[in-house]
This record gives sequence, structure tokens and C-alpha cells, in this order.
Amino acid sequence: MSVLTVDNLAAGYQDFQAVFDISLELQEGRLLALVGANGAGKTSVLRAIAGVLRPWEGTIRFGGKDVTAVPDHQRARLGIGLVPEGRHLFPTLTVEENLLVGAATKRPGPWNLQSVYEMLPLLRDRRRRPAARLSGGEQQAVAIGRALMGNPKLLLLDEVSLGLAPLVVDQIYQAVPAIRSSGTSILLVEQDLNRTLTVADDIVCILEGRVVLSGTSQGLSREAITEAYFGSARSLARKAQP
Amino acid sequence: MNWINAIVQGIMLGGVFAIAASGLSLMFGVMRIANLAHGDLMVLGGYLAAVSAKRWGIPVPLTILVSVALLGALGWGLQRAALDRALRTSDMAPLLVTFGVSVIIPNVLVELFTSNSEPLSIGQLGTASIHFGSDISVGWFPLITLIAAVVVLGALELFLRRTQPGRILRATSDDAPTVRLLGINDRRVYALATAISLATVALAGTLYTMKQGGITPFEGQLTVLFAFEAVIIGGIGSLWGTLVGGIVLGVAQSVGAQISPDLPLLIGHLVFLAVLALRPQGILGREAFA
Repeated sequence: MSVLTVDNLAAGYQDFQAVFDISLELQEGRLLALVGANGAGKTSVLRAIAGVLRPWEGTIRFGGKDVTAVPDHQRARLGIGLVPEGRHLFPTLTVEENLLVGAATKRPGPWNLQSVYEMLPLLRDRRRRPAARLSGGEQQAVAIGRALMGNPKLLLLDEVSLGLAPLVVDQIYQAVPAIRSSGTSILLVEQDLNRTLTVADDIVCILEGRVVLSGTSQGLSREAITEAYFGSARSLARKAQP
Repeated sequence: MNWINAIVQGIMLGGVFAIAASGLSLMFGVMRIANLAHGDLMVLGGYLAAVSAKRWGIPVPLTILVSVALLGALGWGLQRAALDRALRTSDMAPLLVTFGVSVIIPNVLVELFTSNSEPLSIGQLGTASIHFGSDISVGWFPLITLIAAVVVLGALELFLRRTQPGRILRATSDDAPTVRLLGINDRRVYALATAISLATVALAGTLYTMKQGGITPFEGQLTVLFAFEAVIIGGIGSLWGTLVGGIVLGVAQSVGAQISPDLPLLIGHLVFLAVLALRPQGILGREAFA
């Protein structure tokens, strides 16, 4: 069953169009990764799905329901959780308070303080510390924990490894299987292609706001994905030629 | 001994400033709205108490509840009907809305009740006092006001630190777009903040009216200045800071009055300016206000 269906999405900021005609589908329990270079429109797609960015055209269906016109805070209550790029913790609140605010969706489910601390044990030791005084990796862990506290059916992870040391990124990614086994579907944006290929079931490659390649991670060759990923560089190089 | 007495009186006076200032601080903290109508809303709170006692026959102590409930509801409505729209328009718009409210309130009050004082008497409690030694006497009512300030600030602090709506208020103050991602309608949070702010200022206004024995329409315009000063002296974003700020301002005014009857306001403002120059983040403020 499909958890999320995006049809012919177009979106942007003022007079800049970031997304042209993107369609994708995420089946329940699967992990779909959006792959593409910087500025390809991946974050804009996630923001449109979460309701932060209003689509210019197209529809977004979540669990069979058209949510295109539903505001972001109601989408969170329906079960769409976004871990935004840059984490956006509440800096003056403690780790535990950040997590507790995440429970504001009032959705029932497996995630609570206890289960989040079990999955991300480093947070338990830091739970009384203000979020502003955490390392980047700790902040990212809180951001993921906070989204899980809302018991989302669909978790949108935007560049969770950005600016973090590889070892820290490993720790963060160790949480992914536990999240999936709780029944949550994941839509992931990640710059690191190797890591993406390891965790993803399905892959959608985006180039300059359009889908250029999609399939299962087994069904797509690494070369094809790399070509789709770097397509922008080549097309730019072509444009630069006289 | 007159000096000690002046300081004690000043501490008592600080109670009303502190209650008034806490609501101002809350609205500014959550929405960055500097509510210029805060003093006039305080006066409105006093009128609601006075009118509910005189015309509706409500027992004087219960007028506090009437005033708090009505202004709290007004706060919710004001936020939903006017300030939300203003917040979406520009940074300047909410300031102008509150300025408009600050013009409307006293003028409507003059139309309805004339500019004469609207009385609210607390009887003997107004003059009863406790004596310490021969020189120092503390009025029961100012003492009750100070205790009320401590209780209100303590309750607000507990609410903000220990309850989910309180945590959500602080989270919204930190980052409103992000609370929406967690299923929270920030507009409702704003309405709650304004309702609490106006409920506390209604309490301040009622206590002030009881202390003065009555209220006139234009008294709020100076009070809003005191409330702003108390917030800034104490430190923006710190509830106990507003108590400290209120007390510092109260003592400054009271000691000023001891020196000369012309001086209380001037000394109060000078202390405020001194804090602004020497410790701009306020006495209990943690970081500079950006």
C-alpha cells in the first residue's frame, strides 16, 4: 500500500522555481532516498510534502488522502514528521523538553521518552542539558528523537549527516533499522551516495527539479545513479561550451 | 529610619510593577510584540473590577476573578482577530495595533465613565498596617500585593517549566516555524500567550485600583512605561528578573519621594537609564537582547 503519492509537483520560492513536475510513490514500510546534487530540489520536495512549502501545482496524497491543501501542523498530526535540514532544535529548552514538545502531535505509537532514550542512549545522559550546548551529532540525534516522539507514519529525513564527522553519522544511521521496524516509512535526502545505497530500498534521482531516474536500489546500477547525479555538472559543462 | 521605611515601601510598590511587567515580558518573549497598550489594558482591568463591584454587585474580592477572566478572554480574541493578522503583515504592524488599542481604551472609558475616578474600596484593608518598631510600618494591602506577585510569578514559572503548554510556549518563542512541524498551531499558542498576558495585567490593574481606591482612564500611559522599565531592569525573558526589576523601580521611586516629592519618577527613570547603560541585558538577564 502506498503511504505517500506525489503527482506532478511543482514548487518554488517567489520567482524561483525549484521543483518541476516531480512524481514519486513510497510504499508502506519502505525507505526511499532522493538523490541529487546540491540545488537539485530535494529539500524543496520534502518541504512541500511536510506542508512548509506550498506547491504551485500537483497533488500530495498521504495514506490515500489528498493533503495538498492541509497546513503543515495538521499534516504533522496526520503522521508526517520532518527532521529539517539544520536540525532546528529549540535552543533554550533541554534535550528532554525538546523531545517532549515532539509529542505534541498526540499520536499514539511505540515512541516515547523511554524508547527514544533506548535507541539513542547518548541523549539520556544529556537530557537536562540545553539543546544549544550540544555537539552537532547530539543535536541531530535530538532532532530525530523529537520527530519520532510524534509517532509519524512517514519520517522525512533531510540531510541528517550534513556537517557531521563520519563516525557520528554512523551512529545516527544505526537508528534507521529500529525506526523502520516500528513500522515507519522513511523518505531520505542524503548527499552521501554510498550511504544512500546501503540503506535505501528505492531511489529517485532528481536533476534540476526533475526526476531523471528511479527504481529499486538493487535494480539500478551505480553507474546509472552516478550519471544521473552528476548530470547537472555535464549539462552545465555543455552549456558553457560555445 | 525613614530611609529603611522608604525602601520597604518601595519593595511593596514593586509588586504591582512586577505583575504588570510579567505579562508584557511574556508577549514580547513569545511573539516579539511590544504591547504599547499594556498600561491601558491594566486600567481597563481596574475598571472591570470597579464596575463589576459597583454596578453588578459582585463582592469586592471576587472582582479580581471577573477582571482576570474578562481580560483573559479579550486577550484571546484580540490575538485571533487583530494581532495575528498584524504579525503576518510586518514587524511594525503589531506595534501599531497595540498603539491603536492604547488610544481607544482610555477614550472609550472617558465616554462611558467620564474622567472622574471610578471607585473601588477595600474598606479597612486599605489602611490597615503592621508596625515594626516605632518607624517602620507595612500596609497589609501592599504586602498582599507583593505576595500575589511572588505567587503569580512562581505559578507562571511552574507553568512554563513543568507543563506541556508551557514548554510549547517556550518552544514557540525559540522557533515558531518548527513547532508547526510538530503538530502545533502557533496561532493558538500566541492566543494563549496574549490571554495569559492580559489576565496577569488585569490582576495588576485590579490590585492597583484597590490600592488607589479608584481608577481614572488615563493612568495607564505612565504605568506602561514602568512596566517596560521593570522588564528591562530585571532582564528580558527572566520572570524573576521582572520581580527584581519591579522592586528596584519601586525602591528607586520610593526613595526618590523621600528626598523630594518631585523626584520619584525622575529617579526611577534615571535608575532605568543607568541599568540600560551599565548592564543592558538587565540584572538577571542572561544574554544581550538582540
